[in-house]
Amino acid sequence: MPLVPEIGLPSPLLWLIIVPLSALLAAVPLGRRAARSMPIVAVVMPALALWLIVEVSLGGPQEHTLGGWTPPLGIALRADGLSAAMLLLTAVLGAAAGLFSIALYPPRGGDESAASGTFWALFFSLWAALNVVFLSGDLFNLYVALELLTIASVGLAALGSLAAAMRYLVFALFGSLAYLLGVVLVYARWGTLDLDLLGTMIDAEPATFLAAGLMTAGLLVKAALFPLHGWLPPAHGAAPPPASAVLSGLVVKAAFYILVRLWFDLLPALATEAFVQATGALGALAILVGSVMAIRAERLKLVIAYSTVAQLGYLFLIWPLAGGATGEMPWAAGAWTGGIFHAVAHGLAKAAMFLAAGLMIEAVGHDRLDGLAGLGRALPFTTFSFGLAAVSLMGLPPSGGFIAKWLMLTAAFAADELVWAGVILAGGLLAAIYLFRPLNRMLQKADPPELKPVARRRELLPMSLAALAILMGLAPGGLYALLQIGRPVAALEGLE
Amino acid sequence: MSDAGVAHWLVYALAGAGIIGVGLYGFLTRRHLLRRVIAFNVIGSGIFILFGATGYRDADLGADPVPQALIITGVVVAISLTALAAALIARQAEEAGAALLPEDEEPPHGRKG
Repeated sequence: MPLVPEIGLPSPLLWLIIVPLSALLAAVPLGRRAARSMPIVAVVMPALALWLIVEVSLGGPQEHTLGGWTPPLGIALRADGLSAAMLLLTAVLGAAAGLFSIALYPPRGGDESAASGTFWALFFSLWAALNVVFLSGDLFNLYVALELLTIASVGLAALGSLAAAMRYLVFALFGSLAYLLGVVLVYARWGTLDLDLLGTMIDAEPATFLAAGLMTAGLLVKAALFPLHGWLPPAHGAAPPPASAVLSGLVVKAAFYILVRLWFDLLPALATEAFVQATGALGALAILVGSVMAIRAERLKLVIAYSTVAQLGYLFLIWPLAGGATGEMPWAAGAWTGGIFHAVAHGLAKAAMFLAAGLMIEAVGHDRLDGLAGLGRALPFTTFSFGLAAVSLMGLPPSGGFIAKWLMLTAAFAADELVWAGVILAGGLLAAIYLFRPLNRMLQKADPPELKPVARRRELLPMSLAALAILMGLAPGGLYALLQIGRPVAALEGLE
Repeated sequence: MSDAGVAHWLVYALAGAGIIGVGLYGFLTRRHLLRRVIAFNVIGSGIFILFGATGYRDADLGADPVPQALIITGVVVAISLTALAAALIARQAEEAGAALLPEDEEPPHGRKG
């Protein structure tokens, strides 16, 4: 290492963190006037994410050592195909939700409450924290990013319901401590926190099992896997719609992403049969319980929030399904890739749905399902966006949700895991039922309710997200190829 | 010296583990939100003591500086979370009349804490 570290050429890895962090720092003194910076950020961030994808596609996984200090002393930022895909998803959802929010928290006029002064700082810190999570190559750096994410998420949830935010915080604090204690044990045993270095030395022994168990438990709380999901529906159901969109579409995925990194990149040697099957079983229960609760909910945003609990369940099916068809067919890594496809497709569709619901609530003034009758005539464009997003969530072709479920189903059938296949199919059916209830009411031939006008420009935002979710199903090749860059060996060979 | 050093190390590590246990008990049994936040800080302190203790390598090398750097970062994170929690609890108490989660509220004659 040179005595004076080279600054090096600007790297997209750095800019993806610097830009939202600068927007955050600017938003603190600017307050509500920070809304003016949103259109710029909405252009810059997707461009940076695309730049990273180009670099990863051409040059393989990227690494940037901060300040030129190499691990184990320094901290490395890393990006492979999985990181790049999550960063692009974050950029797209962040841009859409941010542009949507300008009308809710405008630079002047409108709502004069304190909320409009703090919204933008919270929103940009959420964005910065997400990007740090997806770029971190270090367990402690991930901890700090998770905590920044928690602070921003709880703050945004508090704009909707204080009690829901408090409950979220209590769960999140518990998850943080469990994860931190796990990190401490890893360092005490192995003397480094760098994921790549740990990957070369770590192996199954008691201290590692304890550390992995603690980190996993903490992350499962934050990922709201059944039965630790209780905090999610009230918080996501009550938050302002663009905040709900990023909370449901991205924040819970951040914890899932770290779990994937831990178990598939770092700890595949630790995965026992019982653990893998138990994780899959919790995922299956999440699908069933979340769907039933969504069917019983009477408010539109609560239906969408319970649907998040159910859809998160699919992500955990990749633990038992990965490697199901070892070596026999090119789809052997299908379950792992399918799980990531599901995370991306669900992010797009769920954010589209929350934004569409937000417009409907603004127009109607409430979100009780029985008050939505005839909305399809009054707001045809937004109802169509909602319907397109529903197509992807149900997993109907052609959509990203369909490709995700198809990849997972193929893996399940190839491995003769018929129970998991049944759960995936039943989940699609249940999703059709709980999404049919609001859609049916919207499309009823009733007189449209009295509506407040909604800006056509804003109707384009949920539509573009829903269209992307469908487009993923029409042209899945690009994302599929991207995810294979830096794909962990365990994705192919499976856990256990 | 080295024997005594190892013993020191272990005393601090066990103390940290004990503090984590005390804090965990408080976190799980107390309903008042302020008490839960204090319990969170107790657990955090226990983890930091444990972390610092495990940074002891041997009598010649002394302490590993990495845990110390990470503990300071962790303390900053814990303070930020505590501040956020305290602000939310104050608002919750103003609006709902009690620093409790809605599901933990009991009739006025209910038990304390």
